[in-house]
Amino acid sequence: MRLELTDDERTIDEVFGGFFRNECPPSVVRTAEPLGFDPGLWARLAATGAPAMGLPEASGGGGASLTDLAIVAEQVGRAIAPVPFVEHAVATRLLDRFGAVTDALRDGDAIATLAVRPAAAGATWSLVPAGAVAGTVVGLVGDDLVVVTSPAPGAAPRNHAAMPLADRSPAGGTVLASGADALAAFAVARAEWQTLTAAALVGITRSALTLALTYVQERHQFDRPIGSFQAIQQQLADIPIALEGATLVAAKAAWASDAGAPSVVDVADCDITDFVTLAAMAFLYTSDVAAMATDRALHAHGGYGFSEEYDIQLYYRRARGWALVAGDPSLECRSLADTMFGPVGSEA
Amino acid sequence: MDFTLSPEALEFRESVRAVLREHFTPEVSERQHSSGTFNSPEINRALAAAGVLERAVPGLGKGDPIELWMLFNEMEKVSAPVDGISMALMIGGVVAHVGSQEQQDTVLAEILTGEVLVSLGYSEPETGSDVAAASTRAVRDGDEWVINGAKMWTTMGHVANWILLLTRTNPDVPKHKGLTMFLIPMDLPGITVEPVHTMGTERTNATFYDDVRVPDRYRIGEVDGGWKVMAVALAFERGVMGGTSMGVPLLHHFHRWAAEVRDDAGRRLLDDPLVREQMVRVAIDNEIASLMTQRCAYIAATGGLPGLEGSMVKVFSTDAYQKASKWFSRSAGPAGLLQFGESGAAGDGWVEYDARHSPVTTIYGGTGEINRNNIAERHLGLPKAR
Repeated sequence: MRLELTDDERTIDEVFGGFFRNECPPSVVRTAEPLGFDPGLWARLAATGAPAMGLPEASGGGGASLTDLAIVAEQVGRAIAPVPFVEHAVATRLLDRFGAVTDALRDGDAIATLAVRPAAAGATWSLVPAGAVAGTVVGLVGDDLVVVTSPAPGAAPRNHAAMPLADRSPAGGTVLASGADALAAFAVARAEWQTLTAAALVGITRSALTLALTYVQERHQFDRPIGSFQAIQQQLADIPIALEGATLVAAKAAWASDAGAPSVVDVADCDITDFVTLAAMAFLYTSDVAAMATDRALHAHGGYGFSEEYDIQLYYRRARGWALVAGDPSLECRSLADTMFGPVGSEA
Repeated sequence: MDFTLSPEALEFRESVRAVLREHFTPEVSERQHSSGTFNSPEINRALAAAGVLERAVPGLGKGDPIELWMLFNEMEKVSAPVDGISMALMIGGVVAHVGSQEQQDTVLAEILTGEVLVSLGYSEPETGSDVAAASTRAVRDGDEWVINGAKMWTTMGHVANWILLLTRTNPDVPKHKGLTMFLIPMDLPGITVEPVHTMGTERTNATFYDDVRVPDRYRIGEVDGGWKVMAVALAFERGVMGGTSMGVPLLHHFHRWAAEVRDDAGRRLLDDPLVREQMVRVAIDNEIASLMTQRCAYIAATGGLPGLEGSMVKVFSTDAYQKASKWFSRSAGPAGLLQFGESGAAGDGWVEYDARHSPVTTIYGGTGEINRNNIAERHLGLPKAR
């Protein structure tokens, strides 16, 4: 057991932390609204090799672990960078399992995404994350795993989090797998998306805390910094507590994938090492944490937090959007309940 | 990060489980709840005999770091009486860190036999959260000290052999700088123990000190350096030494009951979508508390003092426990009001017990507010607000 980053992981964290600090200040985020995509930033990120870092070396990738990708995703979240790093990484890893990654995808000249919510047979994938900017979309249609490449719309419906969402049609796509194989491959890809999004939400939480701390120490009322009031302190102290748990559970999900941990889900013993289960748990928990942290951080800004001029509102909106694009968290809970406690109507 | 449990740690866990299977009998559980003394001499002795205790004292450097977490976690998961042994081992860790050689050879060695318990004498009738304002006086008299005062919430005081006693040795300096800690036998003349019974079943005590003469060798740490000893003790108390897994047995008891009980239409409570969502949320919180506790143990066992991390998991796990208790109590309705031994009691009476026990957990060991103050000041760097 080692509950801290390795030296190599620290290096990845520093390199990408530096990249996004330099290349993606809040002005870049604002300029990229409402689409939520900055092609120049994506090109500069692609120049670092990031689009292919999560592919196996045998496929011309960087051989990075899910843990490594999660470290980058956390930095994407810290900067709320308008680039589809998470979606592209997850989609290309899925495509690679079927030998379907092109050179353009590997180099980042083309973008791929995952339709995180399956479509019924004959239907379209609705509000696909990064769907407005990705030419290649992979996802489930009924019991088929389908990949389709078509022109990206380049525009998104105006939305809460300025995300490049779009409805995409699987028509004319290629079936990569069907039945149990398709469902299993999609489940892993979706769990990877949940894990990396969880890490990004951890990043959002860290930045929200930093913004709040800066503000409450600058802002004076009653001749004192408002951060000296216990009412403010008690509210903000919950954020690092939640952040500690969020960081650990996201890291454990990534570890479970990287280590090929056994598929144990023993709730009575609090022993859970199954990757897909941990990914859903991490996603649900970090979603709540990022929503709570941005809510408290915005509130600590008073009226200014509500104004467009201050950056906390950018984080507040993305904390909700990046999580809710996957669907109602109550449904995710019920699906987890089937794993943890058996399906409805089953006898224990 | 690497969450793999080493073969050594798994073997350790199995030794703990074997002891609990053999010695945590229904009689032991019943005696815990009828006596209010959350301690089992049989279990403690058996853990010592299995070689478990010396591996669960922070700072002795034995075993895998994570074993520190495992012992208390395993005991809490089955609702075994843990308070006596966890306090003893925590003080064992304090002795290992700041105790004299003599204290290590005597008190620590005795603790490791599982036969000896230690009580905590910090709070007083007039000082709780403001613990550094303690007024129990220790006055030097030659090679001895004379102690006068009173302590509150000295849980295990009626069965403990030793007490870690926070005293005022210098009233003329800022309050944190005039404190001295002693580790003294409970059978010294002048110490009396009065019971304090609680809503949560557990018995605690008020203890009184009247001209108690204490040789200087019972002092732990420097004269007027008691606050430093306190910092070590608090860092081990919060997070590392148990008290973070209460949601695990609660979920387990509720789950078993919800799978059996049916409404008028014949549907299991377990099939109610809201109940299922709440159970999943509790399972997630249990995992988070477990991970945060493991991190504290990892820090403590690799030479650090997880003071802040301990405050964090203390706040998180006790809030989560109260939330779970409230949810399950509501879902159980009147069956959740029935106590141990009553027919039809939700979760065999655990739902009712946890509703009585959970309120104290955000009070003892540092209130949620005091822990949040610490986090705001020491971790977030906000100005001191008191």
